[in-house]
Amino acid sequence: MDIYLPIAEVSLDIFVLLGLGAAVGFLSGVFGVGGGFLLTPLLIFIGVPPTVAVASSANQLVGASVSGVLAHWRRGNVDFKMGYVLLIGGLAGSVLGVGIFTLLKRLGQIELTISICYVLLLGVLGALMMIESIRAILRLHRPGTSRRRLHQHTWMHGLPLKARFRRSRLYISALLPVGIGFVIGVFSAILGIGGGFIMVPAMIYMLGMPTSIVPGTSLLQIIFVAANVTVLQAFTNQTVDAVLALVLLVGGVIGARIGSRFGMRLRGEQLRLLLALMVLAVAAKLAFDMAVPPADVYSIASEKG
Amino acid sequence: MTPGRCSAGGERDPVTAPLAISFDGFDVLGLLLVLSLLCWGPPARAQGLAADLTSHLIAITTGFTGASVVLFGATDGPGDVIIAVRGPDREMTVRRKSRVAGIWVNTQEVTFANVPSFYAIAASRPVADILSPAAAAFYRLGLANLKLAASTPAPSVVVDAFRTALERTQQEAGLFVERMSKVDFLGERLFRATIAFPSNVPTGTYLVEVFLVRDKDVVSGQTTPLVVSKVGVDASVFEFSKRQPGFYGAIAVLTAMVAGWLASLPFRGA
Repeated sequence: MDIYLPIAEVSLDIFVLLGLGAAVGFLSGVFGVGGGFLLTPLLIFIGVPPTVAVASSANQLVGASVSGVLAHWRRGNVDFKMGYVLLIGGLAGSVLGVGIFTLLKRLGQIELTISICYVLLLGVLGALMMIESIRAILRLHRPGTSRRRLHQHTWMHGLPLKARFRRSRLYISALLPVGIGFVIGVFSAILGIGGGFIMVPAMIYMLGMPTSIVPGTSLLQIIFVAANVTVLQAFTNQTVDAVLALVLLVGGVIGARIGSRFGMRLRGEQLRLLLALMVLAVAAKLAFDMAVPPADVYSIASEKG
Repeated sequence: MTPGRCSAGGERDPVTAPLAISFDGFDVLGLLLVLSLLCWGPPARAQGLAADLTSHLIAITTGFTGASVVLFGATDGPGDVIIAVRGPDREMTVRRKSRVAGIWVNTQEVTFANVPSFYAIAASRPVADILSPAAAAFYRLGLANLKLAASTPAPSVVVDAFRTALERTQQEAGLFVERMSKVDFLGERLFRATIAFPSNVPTGTYLVEVFLVRDKDVVSGQTTPLVVSKVGVDASVFEFSKRQPGFYGAIAVLTAMVAGWLASLPFRGA
C-alpha cells in the first residue's frame, strides 16, 4: 500500500517504511544507539531525496529519544547536569551545522558531503570499536592481564571551569562536554543523526563516565539537539516530512522493544563487535558508491521558478 | 479571440495562455467553475475544433499512484490532431559529476530558467509525418522545439550536452513524454485521447493544447487548463510547511515527542 509523502513528494510503500523503522529500531534497541546513522542512508536508498531524509530522520529521532530517555530515567540512569552542559555545546553546533547544510545545498555539494562525513565517521568509529571490543573479548579469555586504570590524568583535566557532576561521579572542566556537544551538534545537523554513536564512545573514553549512565544521558541531549535541528531545517530548507517521521517512529517503537529484549541475551563485548562490523559495512558501502562511476553523471535539481 | 479558444491558425499565437492563473489551494472549486464557463463558451464558429477534458482537476491524495484524464473532442472535417500537455515552468539546475581524487564530485552546472515541469505529446499519427518542421518549431511541438534558455554562461556545446541530459533524465522520470498515447478517431470527426500522469507529477496549473492539423500545418487550436493539486491532509501539511515553517517545525517536534512518550507508556507495567 503506497503512502504519499507530502514534503518528499514521492509515494512509497507504507510497509517498507514501517519495516525500515522497525529494523533500525531493533538495532537501536539491541545496541543502545539512536540508529540515525543507518536510517538516513537507507531512506536515501529507497528513494527519499537526501535533504528530506536528513531532516526527517532528525524529526523521527526526537520521538525515539524521548521514549528512550523515559525508560532510562525510570531506572535512574540519567545525569541531567551533564546532559544540559552537553546540550549548550550541541545547540550551538547544530545552528552552525544547519548553516553549513544550507550553503552546501546551494552549491550542489550536500550529497557528497553527507557521504564523505559518513565514510570518515563510520570508518574511524567502526575501526576503533572493533579494536576495543576484540581486545575486550581476548581479555576475557586471559584473566589477570592488565586492567585499565580507573582514572587517568591527561591535558584535558588541566582545563579551567571545573564542575562537579554527581551522578557521573566526575569533577572535570565544563569546557570538555561543551566541546564534545558542539562537534556532535554540527554533525547531527549535516547528517540527520543524533550522534549517539559518536557521543557514547566520547562519554565513556574521553569523559570517563560510568557506562550505565551513558545511554540515558546521551539520549537526553539528543532530544534537544534533534528538536533544534528539526525546527531549523523546517525553517531554512523546508525539508522536514512529518508524515514520514511519524510512520518511521511507529515502526521504530515496535522494533526497539523487540531489540532491547534480544539485546539482554547477548554479552556486551559481542554486541560492540557486531555493532562495529555493521558500522564498518555501511562505511564501506558508501565509500564504494563514491568511487564507482555513477550510473548517470548528470543530476537535476528543480526549483519553482 | 474568444477566451478559452485561441484561434491559433489565424493569429499565429501558439500558447496564448488565456488565463493567467495564480493557484490558491482554497478556492479550487470557484476557479474550476470560472474555467469551465470560459471553456464552454459559445460554439466555435470559424474554428474547426472543439475539445474538453473529462476532468480539470487531478487530486493528489495520500494513496496517489498516478492518474489519467480523457480528452475528447470533434473537428469540422478530416484532419489530424496533436495534443501537447505542459506543466508549469520551473527553474532547473543540471549538474555534472566528474572524478576528482578518486571520487565523483559535482563539478559543473548549468541552470535552465524555464523548463516545463511536465511535457507530453499525443497525436493521431507521428508528428513528423503530419506537421512541417517549421510549424512544429513555431508551436513548440516536440522536445527538440522546447525553448530552454540556459541562464548560466557557458559555451553552446556544453549547454547542448546539459540540455540533452535534462531531456533524457526527465524522460526517464516519465515527465517528458514524446509519444504519450495515440489520439483515436471515432469515425471522421470525433476523437479522444488518454492523458496519463505518473505518481511524481509536479503540482500546478497545466495547459492542454489541442491542434487540428491539415496539409502539414496547424489550422486550428484550443487551450484548456488542467490543475494538478495536492488535496486533503497532505495539501494542508505541505502548505503549512511552506507558510509557517517555524511553527510547522515546532509542531513536528511536539508530535514526535508525544508519540515517543506514548510509546514508552506500557513499559511502566512491565
